[in-house]
Amino acid sequence: MPPARSESLKARPLLRVIEMILRKIARHTAMLAATVLLGGFLSATLVRFAPGFDVDESQLDPHLSAESVRAIRGSRLSQSNVARFYIQLLRRAIHGDLGTSISLGQPVTSLLRERIPLTMRLVAFGLLFSWSLAMALALSAAYIRTLAYDGLATVVSGALLCIPAAVLALLSVIWNVPGSLAIGLIVFPRVYRFARNLLAKASTLPHIITARAKGVSEIRVLLWHVVPVAGPELLALGGVSVSIAVGAAIPVEALCGLAGVGQLAWQAALARDLPLLTTITVLVTLVTLLANSGADVIRCMWRGQQA
Amino acid sequence: MSIWRRVGCVVLLLVVGVSLAASWLAPAGYAKQYRESPGAPPSREHWLGTDEIGRDRFARVVYGTRISLLLAPAAALVSTLMAAFMGGLAGYLGGTWERLAMAATDVFLSLPWLFLLITVRALLPLNVSPILSVLVTFCMLGLLGWTAAARVLCATAGSLRSADFIRQARASGMSERRLFWIHVFPNLKPVLFAQFWISIPTFILSEANLGILGLGVAEPMPSWGGLLKELEGLVSLREEPWKFVPLLLLVVVVTSFQVMLSDQQEVNA
Amino acid sequence: MKRLAAVSNSTRALGLGLIFLVTVASAQNGGTLRFCLRTEPKTFDPLKVEDEASVTIRYLTGGVLVRMNRQTQALEPELAVSWKVSKDTKQITFKLRTGLSFSDGTPFSAEDVAYTVQRLMDPELHSPTGDAFRSGPGSVQTKIVSPAEIIITFPAPVAGLDRQFDQVAIVSAHSPKKETAVLGPFTVAEYKPGASVLLKRNPYYWKADAKGQKLPYLDSIQLDIQPNRDIELLRFRKGEIDLINSLDSDNFDKLAGSTPQLVHDAGPSLDSEQLWFNQVARAPLPPYKKAWFRSTVFRRAVSEAINRADLSRVVFRGHAQPAAGPFSPANKFWFNANLKPQPYAPDAALKALAAEGFLMQGGKLKDKEGNEVVFSLVTNSGSKPRERMATMIQEDLEKIGMKVNVVTLDFPSLIERITQTFDYEAILLGLTNVGLDPNEEMNVWLSSSENHQWNPQQKSPETEWEAEIDRLMRAQASSSDPKKRKESFDRVQQIVAEQAPFIFLVNKNALSAVSPSVHGANPVVLVPQTYWNAEQLSLK
Repeated sequence: MPPARSESLKARPLLRVIEMILRKIARHTAMLAATVLLGGFLSATLVRFAPGFDVDESQLDPHLSAESVRAIRGSRLSQSNVARFYIQLLRRAIHGDLGTSISLGQPVTSLLRERIPLTMRLVAFGLLFSWSLAMALALSAAYIRTLAYDGLATVVSGALLCIPAAVLALLSVIWNVPGSLAIGLIVFPRVYRFARNLLAKASTLPHIITARAKGVSEIRVLLWHVVPVAGPELLALGGVSVSIAVGAAIPVEALCGLAGVGQLAWQAALARDLPLLTTITVLVTLVTLLANSGADVIRCMWRGQQA
Repeated sequence: MSIWRRVGCVVLLLVVGVSLAASWLAPAGYAKQYRESPGAPPSREHWLGTDEIGRDRFARVVYGTRISLLLAPAAALVSTLMAAFMGGLAGYLGGTWERLAMAATDVFLSLPWLFLLITVRALLPLNVSPILSVLVTFCMLGLLGWTAAARVLCATAGSLRSADFIRQARASGMSERRLFWIHVFPNLKPVLFAQFWISIPTFILSEANLGILGLGVAEPMPSWGGLLKELEGLVSLREEPWKFVPLLLLVVVVTSFQVMLSDQQEVNA
Repeated sequence: MKRLAAVSNSTRALGLGLIFLVTVASAQNGGTLRFCLRTEPKTFDPLKVEDEASVTIRYLTGGVLVRMNRQTQALEPELAVSWKVSKDTKQITFKLRTGLSFSDGTPFSAEDVAYTVQRLMDPELHSPTGDAFRSGPGSVQTKIVSPAEIIITFPAPVAGLDRQFDQVAIVSAHSPKKETAVLGPFTVAEYKPGASVLLKRNPYYWKADAKGQKLPYLDSIQLDIQPNRDIELLRFRKGEIDLINSLDSDNFDKLAGSTPQLVHDAGPSLDSEQLWFNQVARAPLPPYKKAWFRSTVFRRAVSEAINRADLSRVVFRGHAQPAAGPFSPANKFWFNANLKPQPYAPDAALKALAAEGFLMQGGKLKDKEGNEVVFSLVTNSGSKPRERMATMIQEDLEKIGMKVNVVTLDFPSLIERITQTFDYEAILLGLTNVGLDPNEEMNVWLSSSENHQWNPQQKSPETEWEAEIDRLMRAQASSSDPKKRKESFDRVQQIVAEQAPFIFLVNKNALSAVSPSVHGANPVVLVPQTYWNAEQLSLK
């Protein structure tokens, strides 16, 4: 009896820890799901109450009879009640049916299935390019620490910020380079500026100055002391940059004629395509949440390690 | 003040000065259409040529400076302060506040705000005064453009929450409000300055894009964003380099802002 | 030496002949023609087509009973060898070609025509093509006399009955492939949403050229979905696409500057740009503004104060002409040649306004109650020509003291204001005419119609001139005599010019670009401009 009791006493803290972790995961998942659903509902509301929802360009066709025009107007009646529409969408979504696009007349599921891979590739490569360039510039600026270099990097990133996204997209077509490069160039200056400022701030911490004064090599200072201090914020920036890249995909795909989700979102917005827009928003919210949550988790682990 | 900050300051003052002196520099104004010479290259009469309906481009650049240079930084300030409030404060408070604020930020990041802007336009009268239209536009941009920085600020403030000097200050009896404003907020400067700096050109360009919704600067008033939109017509740098002057000017102004905002101590540390 | 020279000469002649034959052969066989669609096609069902991209696909894949030759504007036999329209224009009899098949081998007969017409006229379909035949209540009757003859009877007279069938692509009643089985020169082989549509040669296409060679010459047509016109131009310059339809004037001049032989200006198109004022009684406008807009003098003064020549020259770079009315000179039969475009006369405009009590005070025009004349001019965003026109009109009207606020809105918001809320003052838009017959614009001119833009859905005509237009339009719709129809519509055009409910501004020219590798192209004014004879196009 006593040995079993002592074993069960030892097992309790472990069980408690597991229980705590499971509760945390459940709470986090519930929060994630609630946020995604809220995002979808708010998006549907915004679209529904924006002007131009229950009209169609075809109404202006002089060939159409009065009955046909009335039928076109009435075709969106089923979506006029946002709450009812959203509940029906969720019910169907459980069975894998995300409705039919009003503007394209095709199932939303198949539209997204065809286009998601392209957008994912564009965003992924765009992020890779932008972060590689941004960190290379920011780290080298933190290493070299001269006004001239810093100034040059500022001018380059500033110039890219000032060029309209549409022009960058068009340039990618002219130069026959992938659209992901255009996305990368849109995201890069934002990432660079935040990263540069964070690294510069970290460089002024007393222990960094002390390390330099004691003759520690610049590379070691940078990689072992500066970057880890700025790490949590850089991770947060990483999560946010996913949203920026997804947002940048819309003009790039629309202008370059790339059949991705961004192009679909733009077409859907012009046509006030409620089923398609709601689903895309839910998707974007999910991606944003996952990216930011992932960054948060890694940040917590990083902080824990640092402590 | 370092020499580079002085240079940045002088450049910005020069640009402001030019915009204020617009009526002397371009007496014919930005709206007059020289219909006999649309799309003309630079000449003695038109230093930067004319646009597609014959308006003097130099006059439009100079007058456009007033709107863009005044309102874009103001909107950038609004978005920066909102990011500081939502992100910085939430990160400092931590716990449920932080979770709720970040969930709200994520939703905000994902929503199609285009439709809110369309609705705002519908609520404004069609004959709204150009000044009101521009003010509403930049206000909306400021109110919607804070989300990206909020998350980074939250992470920064969260790191500071458990920093030794904050614990020491708290232990010595400092109030939370004083702690935030005196010790935490100044350490958020790098992210706040980055947010401010990025927002200026972003809002200038966004204002032009909002023209498709009926917001922004109405014709014939010029803006830098509207002038930069000309570049979307596949303008060749070799054939029409004068069309890139607004871009050059914006880069110069944005760089000057960065020079003003950067801390020399940080760069040289 | 003479013999050697003779041999050498004959060898050279043989060689040249061989080269010629090879050239001719390669010019007439195979290859993929490439051009762009500006939007995603909404449907591949030829009976439901309403958008431009779907119309293009229907034109290239659909087999029609009669085809209007886009060059001569004459009606020509296609699937029907002959046809006869009854005197009351309610009935049409078609004699059909025999031995034809759909693209999947299913035989074609009168049964397919009957099926197509019945489906087209189904009120639940809400098809613009079908609605064009719907001139009165009742259902259509089809009588199959034989597999090669059919009589179609409509419940009410249909003006221009035979020409309407140019838009009716026959679908199969029996094919398991339903609407995808076609009778036209090409079939839809592949559709990549957001990217492209690939059309392949229809192996069962019935037409052959004068030498007996089966048409089409091309193997396939690749239609890339590309909304951006600058990128379309870029791709044309790179040789990635072969044609550009409806080229805008900026890009026309860019191309003409470097390669003038590739661009074509076919002259005035059927399209027009116009401005109109809100005359809806229940519009949410102040009463004094409603009074302005309902005043013919006010509208005509605005029309006189707009410099159309400048619009044509500056906005369209000379590739447009001032418009006189709803139809352009390109519509050879229906255009009222007695009408002239409104000349630019701001002084006359001010004089006319003064007679109505409008006076200039400090450079601003005020009405007799002292209200400053200020109104908004709304147009759709994304159209550079319209935005420029609006800005130029703003300056023109400023010279007569009117303050115009230019507002660009996205299209759905604009449509909502025009058709539902009537919350607008003046609109600047264009009319794209596909057909020639004024009956196709019935819903624009009838005061009770939804598309009577300036004041739709009137229970009874609110003005005498609108009542007159209603009467004239109905008269031309029920007449089978082209001369009488023309008289009626000429009078409609006259009234519109006098009353100015629409202020017609310009008729744009039909601009296009054709790659030198395309053989047989002959761009015309009527849509589809460059590929109207697609089955006869070939690649060098």
